[in-house]
Amino acid sequence: MSAAGGSFTADEMMTVAAARALRDGARCFVGIGRPSTAANLARRTSAPNLVLIYESGTIGAKPDRLPLSIGDGMLAETADAVVSVPEMFNYWLQPGRIDVGFLGAAQLDRYGNINTTVIGDDYARPKVRLPGAGGAPEIAASCREVIVVVRHDRRAFVERVDFVTSVGFGAGPGDRERLGLTGRGPVLVVTDLGLLEPDPDSRELTLTAVHPGASVDRVREATGWPLAVAADLRVTEPPTPAELTALRALEGALGMTERSERTERTEGREGHEGMRKEGSA
Amino acid sequence: MAQLTSLTEAVAALVGDGDTVALEGFTHLIPVAAGHEIIRQGRRDLTLVRMTPDIVYDQLIGAGCARRLVFSWAGNPGVGSLHRFRDAAQRGWPVPLELEEHSHAGMANRYAAGAAGLPFAVLRGYAGTDLARHTATIRSITCPFTGEVLAAVPALNPDVGIVHAQRADRAGNVQLWGITGVQKEVVLASRRSLVTVEEVVAELDPRPGAVVLPGWAVTYVAEVPGGAHPSYAAGYSERDNDFYRAWDAISRDRDAFTSWLAAHVLSPAGAR
Repeated sequence: MSAAGGSFTADEMMTVAAARALRDGARCFVGIGRPSTAANLARRTSAPNLVLIYESGTIGAKPDRLPLSIGDGMLAETADAVVSVPEMFNYWLQPGRIDVGFLGAAQLDRYGNINTTVIGDDYARPKVRLPGAGGAPEIAASCREVIVVVRHDRRAFVERVDFVTSVGFGAGPGDRERLGLTGRGPVLVVTDLGLLEPDPDSRELTLTAVHPGASVDRVREATGWPLAVAADLRVTEPPTPAELTALRALEGALGMTERSERTERTEGREGHEGMRKEGSA
Repeated sequence: MAQLTSLTEAVAALVGDGDTVALEGFTHLIPVAAGHEIIRQGRRDLTLVRMTPDIVYDQLIGAGCARRLVFSWAGNPGVGSLHRFRDAAQRGWPVPLELEEHSHAGMANRYAAGAAGLPFAVLRGYAGTDLARHTATIRSITCPFTGEVLAAVPALNPDVGIVHAQRADRAGNVQLWGITGVQKEVVLASRRSLVTVEEVVAELDPRPGAVVLPGWAVTYVAEVPGGAHPSYAAGYSERDNDFYRAWDAISRDRDAFTSWLAAHVLSPAGAR
């Protein structure tokens, strides 16, 4: 695809769109992989005062390059505070001090529920054993709001997740309240094709924007349930030159371009392989 | 008072077949060399506990040391999945692996309860997830003051807790800093403990934000410089991200893994 900033990939559009969704000054609980890339991009572009919080206990990390893990040394060296893991979850996450939880998913359903545990119907004999929950269940429950970043295809966008690792809106309206989940739940899903937001009444994820070059038909084709489309569907602004430059500088420093190409190939061959990079670690 | 000894002697004295063993380290200060020593000593039927099983647990599992894994996230951070873990969980190679899985919040609280000598911990967690349906150690409890229904998880009290740290003095007092994870909790929660350190020094000078474990709260201390590699010890080494990436290819294939293990862990050159 091309735009004023030159040509860009669908993955770059996804990361840029995710970065734009972060409000300057917000306190953001960052999962590793694409959420971390987007959050670090936001700090370099539209949200210089974004507070990055990694579950390793680093609060207010200001890394000068992308960390590979949630516990790279520079996160601690540049943080405002470094706390133990029990303190992170009990004092900082649980009481609702964190504005945005930024998560990935292997599977996501129409109510924004997330699976990062197993693919297949039988938990004891999974088709694919995924890494598991990490911090995600409580991030999804207790952050004031949740943003999910995930590639858009039918493997990921399923009618029902095989395993509910982290709750979005459960089975529909009222479930979060019934379960005592204190945060608002998912407010935005950013994919490589567009943006989805929960319908205010039904809580069902609804297509509210398509990225340049993606059509509604293509998004529906990549979604495993009959996808609702907003009446005022928008088209995402393409990445600006400044956004693309900042993103490529970040990914270049980690050798990410090469890695993400490899991941695409691996995903094609082995199903949910590439998903392992996403979400909380 | 913690006894200063060699890694080989400490592991031989502490870890027996069938034990519940936690080697902790949240990305930082992972006691990898101690894990290799457990593999060399041929321990079997271990219940391995860890919030974030990564490469060293993949190696312990692939070497056939583990019967059961208690965990919250098993992956190679930023790289991908753990292939030895998956092979054991999906296909029972080299031996079947039972799983008991939690969230990070649940595991952290289980250690904290263990350190505090309490039978269980309370948290606002797991509500609406399928974890509670599959993991017997997730229950609910009603707050006697407010009536709120909360999650309850039992304390973790491993037979042996093992961590890496930056330094100890000759009396076995341990000092660690940077990302401290659950290092303190796992040592205090465990019946016996081993801390491997980058160096033993005459005196521990104070460090801002450091965790100090008094020698009388630790069973053994062993000096193992570089003992966290490919993890790291802040102030001594950097995380070897290239090795984490390289592990993906090494671990994907059973034969490649077995050869790597023979060359780098089981051979005399691998021993410390």
